Amino acid sequence: MAIGWYLTVSVLIFCIGLTGVLVRRNPLVILLCLELMLNAANLALVAFARMHGGEAGQIFALIVMVVAACEVTVGLGLIVAISRRGLAVDVDELRELGG
Amino acid sequence: MSPTTWGWLVLLFPLLGTVVIGLGFKKLGEGLAGWVGTAMIALSFVCSVGALISLLGRHAGTSGAGRELTSSLWTYAAGGSLDAKLQILVDPISVFMILVVSGVSTLIHLYSISYMKSDAGKSRYFAYLNFFVLSMLILVLAGNFVLLTIGWGLVGAASYLLISFWYRRNTATKAGIKAFVINVVGDVGLVLGTFLLLRHTGTVSFLQTFRVLPHVFHKDSTDLVAACLLLLVGAFAKSAQVPLHTWLPDAMEGPTPVSSLIHAATMVTAGVYLIVRMHPLFELAPTAAAVGAIVGCVTLLVAGSIALVVTDLKRVIAYSTMSQIGYMIMGASAGAYSAALFHLMTHAFFKALLFMAAGSIIGAMAGNQNLDKISGFRKAMPFTFICFIVGGLALSGIPPFSGWLSKDQIIGYLLQRGGGWAILGVLGYVGALLTGLYTFRLIFRMFWGKPCAEAAELEQGHLAHAHTPTNPMTGEEEDTEVGFPGPEHAIAERELPMKVAMGMLAALATVGGVLQIPGVDHVIQNFLSSSFVGSKLASLSAEPSTGTAWLGLVIGAVIGLVGITAAFVIWVRKPGVAPALQARFGGVHQFLVNKWYFDELIDLVIVRPVLALGRIGDVVLDRGLVSGGLTGGGTGVVEAGSALVRRLQTGLLRSYAAMMVLGLAAIALYFLVNAS
Repeated sequence: MAIGWYLTVSVLIFCIGLTGVLVRRNPLVILLCLELMLNAANLALVAFARMHGGEAGQIFALIVMVVAACEVTVGLGLIVAISRRGLAVDVDELRELGG
Repeated sequence: MSPTTWGWLVLLFPLLGTVVIGLGFKKLGEGLAGWVGTAMIALSFVCSVGALISLLGRHAGTSGAGRELTSSLWTYAAGGSLDAKLQILVDPISVFMILVVSGVSTLIHLYSISYMKSDAGKSRYFAYLNFFVLSMLILVLAGNFVLLTIGWGLVGAASYLLISFWYRRNTATKAGIKAFVINVVGDVGLVLGTFLLLRHTGTVSFLQTFRVLPHVFHKDSTDLVAACLLLLVGAFAKSAQVPLHTWLPDAMEGPTPVSSLIHAATMVTAGVYLIVRMHPLFELAPTAAAVGAIVGCVTLLVAGSIALVVTDLKRVIAYSTMSQIGYMIMGASAGAYSAALFHLMTHAFFKALLFMAAGSIIGAMAGNQNLDKISGFRKAMPFTFICFIVGGLALSGIPPFSGWLSKDQIIGYLLQRGGGWAILGVLGYVGALLTGLYTFRLIFRMFWGKPCAEAAELEQGHLAHAHTPTNPMTGEEEDTEVGFPGPEHAIAERELPMKVAMGMLAALATVGGVLQIPGVDHVIQNFLSSSFVGSKLASLSAEPSTGTAWLGLVIGAVIGLVGITAAFVIWVRKPGVAPALQARFGGVHQFLVNKWYFDELIDLVIVRPVLALGRIGDVVLDRGLVSGGLTGGGTGVVEAGSALVRRLQTGLLRSYAAMMVLGLAAIALYFLVNAS
């Protein structure tokens, strides 16, 4: 099977994630969409690794997963903290850093 | 030991005194500070005598170079022909000066021990006093313009410290500032003159400058005259000559021994010394020398006339100093170098004595120095009275006192030189008449007449001490905590150190003239002659013959006596004359009481324009250009820019994300376009 299909799927997933990040207001969903974007990138990496027959891309995909896990931990922690303090769980409401 | 070693020792002891008293006053205790200070200056005097003996042991040679020794400790800067070193020059002029300075200063220190005994700041006082003497010794021993300028500046600083010594008095701090500012004007003149000379001669050393002088300047060349005039500005400011004299009467705010020191030894003589030291320059620039002589003569008459009407005891003596320094500046500018230095020495004796006697009177008056309040002290204070009479007679030039011989040598020289100089000489006689008049006005008003309350009390054996100390100038009550003269007062009759100092000075003021009597001996002239070998003006032929000299002396004595007799008639015989004269010549009297309006003139010509300029600078430059234009404009630009950028910071997470996406898209597009 040609590499094109893998990449097509990867681009589709990436765009779905990106759109989710840009349009959704719930931080939990934004986090999920970010996860989608990272995994789309992982898919592309693994596809290229397979095509070239090297293992660097696969290792890189593993590292991205580790980073994603960390990011989710921090992100979820923040969301729990926000909801515990009784603040709105909505990124458009959390805009105190505005100049 | 060589003369230069003695010279360094002369400087070492006052320095040691300053440091030891200044840093160790807690260990020394109040009582010891005065004695340590006095001992240090006395040691300095002993070393000056050592330098004299050692210098006399050398042959001057035909050029006088045998008695011109330099020694340097280290180099400040060297490059090309410039050789700025810490260098002293020991020659007859400087040895003469250190003898006078350290000798008279020793006696003034001794006097101060008693006079300042109840002052809270005694240690500070003696540390300053030692520092003052050190500065003056540096000034006169300096071997180049660099060290001269250092000494010159230090003398100004020390005078500031001592004039405003009683710093709780507003009048004293103001007088100190005035003295310092006017002295800085002089410092600027001196430094600029030095630079102008350096530009042509390429050296700062005195001896080197004099050596190359005839090769780089022709007679009366513009630059040399300008340099000499700038040096004269320095001399006028230090020596209180018109129009830079207004600080001297105000300097009377300092303790009386300080006035004595400033007037007799350590400060106002610096200008005379400078002109004598720079005599090769002035002889090559006769225009500048003439300016110096004329200013000296004007000062002599202006100060003499003001002294006739001033009612402050110390200020009368201050104006008489200005007047006498006028004689010296006139003589030194005309070429009567040894006569000017001789008068400097005798003046140091009798002026120090007069101030000490005045201090004794002020002590008896519990700090008051207004002549209208002082009278009839003759019986109450016999010792002070005798000292005052001796000083007054020497000042008025009455035989056989020292001032008689020294003053008339200057006038005699001027008459002998002839031409316009003779006019100055005749005006000198007019000054002598004024001197007799104002000196004995002072004496008659203080010692004759009905004893005032304080004098009557003192006759009963009780010394007056003020209940509530007040500032004698303004009458306001004094802060008695610090910087205050102390509640007790000292008079010479009861204090041995004061008596010893005044007694010795009285003896010197009486017999000091024997060093140089026309036709009999020429001790000072012979000693100094090796310094003036190259001078045409100073050679013996330019000086009057013995007969003429004696004729001049007789005329001088007669004029002095006429002045004294007039004073006796006006202030003792017919007490109504003085008020009558005041009423008759009200305008003149007012003019003199206001000191020829010099303060007002300086205020109008310099202070006000400078203030106006400052105000313009404040409004236009500082507030308008700098605060408004530069600072305001700069902050305006930054503020506007940040207001613009602040809009981007919305705080909306999704807009940030969108911007990141757009940015990444733009970068990707850029690379894609470039790749194809």
